[in-house]
This record gives sequence, structure tokens and C-alpha cells, in this order.
Amino acid sequence: MKLFPALIDWRAPRTLVAVVVLIAFAVLPFAVGSDGDFYVKFATRVLIYALAAIGLNFILGFGGMVSLGHAMYVMLGAYCVGIPMQHEIASGWAHLALALVLTAVLATVVGAVALRTTGIAFIMITLAFAQMLFFVAVSLKEYGGDDGLTIASRSNFGLFDIASNVSLYYLAFFAVLLALYLSWRAVLSPFGLILRGSKANTRRALALGHPVLRYQLVAYVLSALVCAVAGVLLANLTQFASPSYGAWTLSGELIVIVILGGLGTVFGPLVGAVCLLVLEEILPTLVEATFPDYKSNWMLLLGLFIFFVALLLKRGVFGSLRGGVK
Amino acid sequence: MTLQLTLSQLMNGLQLGVLLFLLAAGLTLVFGIMSFVNLAHGSLYMLGAYFGAAAFAKTESFLLALLAAVVGAGIVGLLLDRFALTKLYTRDHLDQVLATFGLILFFNELIRIIWGPGSIFMQVPDSLSQTVEIFGFSYPSYRFAIIGVGLLVALGLYLLIQKTRVGMLIRAGATHPHMVASLGVNIKWLNTLVFALGAALAGLAGVMAGPIVSVQPGMGEPVLILTLVVIIIGGLGSIRGAFFAALIVGVVDTLGRAFMPTIMRGIFERNTADAAGPAIASMLIYLLMALVLAFKPQGLFPTSAGATR
Repeated sequence: MKLFPALIDWRAPRTLVAVVVLIAFAVLPFAVGSDGDFYVKFATRVLIYALAAIGLNFILGFGGMVSLGHAMYVMLGAYCVGIPMQHEIASGWAHLALALVLTAVLATVVGAVALRTTGIAFIMITLAFAQMLFFVAVSLKEYGGDDGLTIASRSNFGLFDIASNVSLYYLAFFAVLLALYLSWRAVLSPFGLILRGSKANTRRALALGHPVLRYQLVAYVLSALVCAVAGVLLANLTQFASPSYGAWTLSGELIVIVILGGLGTVFGPLVGAVCLLVLEEILPTLVEATFPDYKSNWMLLLGLFIFFVALLLKRGVFGSLRGGVK
Repeated sequence: MTLQLTLSQLMNGLQLGVLLFLLAAGLTLVFGIMSFVNLAHGSLYMLGAYFGAAAFAKTESFLLALLAAVVGAGIVGLLLDRFALTKLYTRDHLDQVLATFGLILFFNELIRIIWGPGSIFMQVPDSLSQTVEIFGFSYPSYRFAIIGVGLLVALGLYLLIQKTRVGMLIRAGATHPHMVASLGVNIKWLNTLVFALGAALAGLAGVMAGPIVSVQPGMGEPVLILTLVVIIIGGLGSIRGAFFAALIVGVVDTLGRAFMPTIMRGIFERNTADAAGPAIASMLIYLLMALVLAFKPQGLFPTSAGATR
């Protein structure tokens, strides 16, 4: 088996950007030094959002399924850390296993119902399921309910200790690398071919004899699992799990990240996450510098930004670059 | 669970349903005709509430407040359609969802800048602040008025769509937009008209809800999600579907919230019931929607426009 599923054009702009971004992430903790804790934590958050967006991109970009409810899997993953922790089960492997099993079950059920519909109805039904889970989390009074749940310590992954922020950062980085590589392979595999074919022309894929629904369901569950892993990491980063992780605005933000990076590109979500989160970080400062009276209203500009991204940026930041695969 | 309580909760459900219908009618029309998903519809509802509350505070006339809300939201809708959204009508749903998601953030902050982050208070007009008695139980007359206005609007919409020339064009535009355009009808203006009409109805819903909910930034989102549930259950593009689905959702949601905790207490222990009751009550309508979609993916009253897109 070859390491890369396709020949890479090393001089194409996409390859250069991808390599530069990955190297930047790889050396970031060294570059910011010992008192750069804020930057390390921020970059971890970027990586975690990117991971969730990579998961979403798998069905959104390659399968054409617009899920407006993927934040629920992030929230589920976060609670799979928070709730066992409250009962003093600190093993990270247990958290991860619980998150993956529960997500697989939930995503199979939700996917089976939601995939009966297409187009706008699919968007809405995924939103509806996410809202249901959101209210379930709100009702968990013993686990903080509306206010969320503080997590006493980070998950214990045995030999691999993530108590320090830098080690958690590298765990997230590793997860993103793995997700990027796996989704790249999956997209170019026969499985990915049929998935992409069903996006381009469902009727033809069906006529060729492919059980499209089954492929879509598997893709949906896989993408949910990636989001659940992101949730486990997010809970470890913030040491907090709350219903707000499953709010529909977060699902919206994940879609923004995917589109911003470039719909249907493997690497796009990471670029999109960097762009959106950096923007969310600098906009308040920028607004404060120019209009001090309105520093809390920077979301106004973010809203306009998202609007114009949808209107003008058809292929996304990374997607607009020339391809990197021969 | 007395009869009195059940009846008044039923009326509350009807009142919520009627408000939802006002929102859903515009949203479903816009979807049916332009195949456009407008998540910012809830923002128009919020704007209506703010316009109405501001006008009411200035003039102390509820009629002027109604007028301000309807006209104000209608104009914002008109401007949105003309200057921002036209380009999106031909794009796919993903771009539309994203763009209007951006607009929600924009409008919420705009409201915060103009009226501040807190909620503002809107009084029930004096003439409607009493209760009325029917069949031996009393009910706030303001809520009665909401139901009355909502049903009147529903009747008006029915007449507009079924009996007038404009309505005929709207119906034709929903199923065969290209044919209507090639017959010489300016479909762009038809779109704008429908969008502004939907916005005005959202504004009406906002101002009428003003005195019974808190008028605050972000008040549009929960209502928007309920409205989306309504138009999905009713069948995309169908006004009739929106009407029945709005009433069903309003009644189910209200009765669920009122009685679910009590019902749960009969089945489970008190602690479990107290925790699970409200959660299940909030989930009921989503369960309803999932059930409807599982058995009738096109909604209860499918239209040909909703079916093909």
C-alpha cells in the first residue's frame, strides 16, 4: 500500500499552503516559548474546531449532505468526558470508547431517519435532532443542567499524559493529522468515489446499482465519530462540558469553517478553522481600537463577514488555490 | 389537572400556534416560490417586536405600534430582498443557510447597538388588559385578540392566494416559475412582494408577541426553530400545511410543557420525573417532526414545489 493515495504536485500552491500550515502547527509550541500558554491553548482550540470541521466536511463537502446539527456530536463527546469524570472514572480510553460507542449508536439512528429526506428537509431534521439532544443536556440537573459541568482534571490516557497544555496540543495535532490523512484516503477510495458520485448525481449512482443510502449512512456515522473525538478533546481543553457546545450556532459555525476553507477539499477545514478563529480573536481588538464604544458589538462585523463569504467566496480560501494533486 | 386549566392551556397553545402561523406563512411562501431558505426570518420577527415596542413607548397607541412593526419589518424585508438576497435565490441551500446565518448575527448586534443588550418592556394595551369570560372560565383578552388577529390574517391570506390575480401568480410562480416569467410576468417583483409580505407578517407576529414575551436581542432564534419545524411538518411551500402544522405544534408544545411533568410523575419517581419532564416536553415537537418526516418525508400537505427541490 502506498503512503499517499495520489501523486502530489509539490510545487502547486495548495501543497505549499498545506505544508506551511502543518509545519507552523508542528513548531508552534516551541515558537511561542514557555510563557505562550495562551497561544498554545488558542491553537489547540483551532485544531479541535478543525477536527470537527474535517468530520463535517466529509459528508458536507464530499457527500452533499448539509447537516446543521453536527455540534450535537461534539457536545456528546464532551459529556462523555464530563459525566464519567464526575463518577471518578478518569481513564481517557474509557471516555473515548464511551464517546465513540454512544455516537455510533446515536448517529446511526439519526442518520437512518434523516437520510430519508434530502435538501432542505435534511438540514432541518438534523437541526431538530440537535435541538432535542441540547434539551436533554439542559435537563441533566445532576450534571449541571443549563450551567454546564466543570471537569476536575483532564482524562488520563495512561502512558500519554495530557496534563500539560503542550501535550494536549500535540494530541489534538495528531488527531487532526490522522483525520486529514484518513479522510484523504477515504475520499479517493472506491467508497469515497461512490459517495462523491451520489452527491453529483444520486439517480445515476442508484441506477448503477450502488446502495447509495447505505454509503451515505456510513459516511454520516464516520463524520459524527470524528466530531465526537473533537468533543472529547474540547472537554479536556476547557475542562468544562455544557449544552452550549451543542447549540445550533456552533453547528452553523462548523459549516462556516468548512465553506471558508473550501468545500470539498480535504485540507480546507483546517485553513477555514484558522481563518475563522483568528478572525474571532482579532475582531474585538480591532473594533476596540477603532470604535471603543462598540467593542462588545464585534459580532456585527462577523455576521457581515459570514454573509459575504456565502455570497462571494464560492470556493473558499484554500479551494481557490490551484490543486496540489496530479 | 382541572378542566379549567386544560382549557386555558389549550387556548395558550392556540395562541402560540397562531403566532407561529404568521411566521410560518411568510417563510413557507418564500421557500415555495423562490426555493430560498431564510434563517433570518426570526430577525424580522425581532425587528417587528422592537419597532412596535419603540412606537408604543413613543405614542402610547397600540394601533400605531402595530402599524410601525408591520410597515417597518416589511420595509426591511423589501430592502433585504432587493439589495442583499436576490443573488442568493439561484444558489444552493447551503449558501443561503450560511448567508442568512450571518444576517442573524448582524441583526442581533444591530439591535444591541441601538436598544442595548437588555430586554425592553412592552405593556399590554389598556383596552385589552382585562380578562373575558367564556363558558365559565376567564381568559386574558389580549391573548384572545392575538388568536382573533391571527385567524383573520389566515383568512385574508387564503382569500389573497386563492381568489385574487396576485394570488394566482404566486401559486403559479411556486410550481412553474419559468413559465410565469416567460408569460411576461415580472417574477422579480413578485418575489419581492412575497418576501416583503412575509417580512410584514413576521413583524406583526413580533409586535403581538411583544407584551407576552420579553423583547430582547436573540428572541428570534427559538421562534425561528419552532417555525422551521412547523413548515417542515406542514410541507414546504404549503400555506394550508403551515396553518394546520402551526396549530398542532403550538398546542402540542404548550400542553406538553404544562402537563408532561405531571404525567411523568405518575410513571417515574419524583426526582426522575422532575428532571426528565421539562426535557421531554421541549423535545415533543421535534419528536413529532421526526415522526412526520419518517412516515411522510414531504410533510403533511406536500406541494409540488416542495417535492422537487
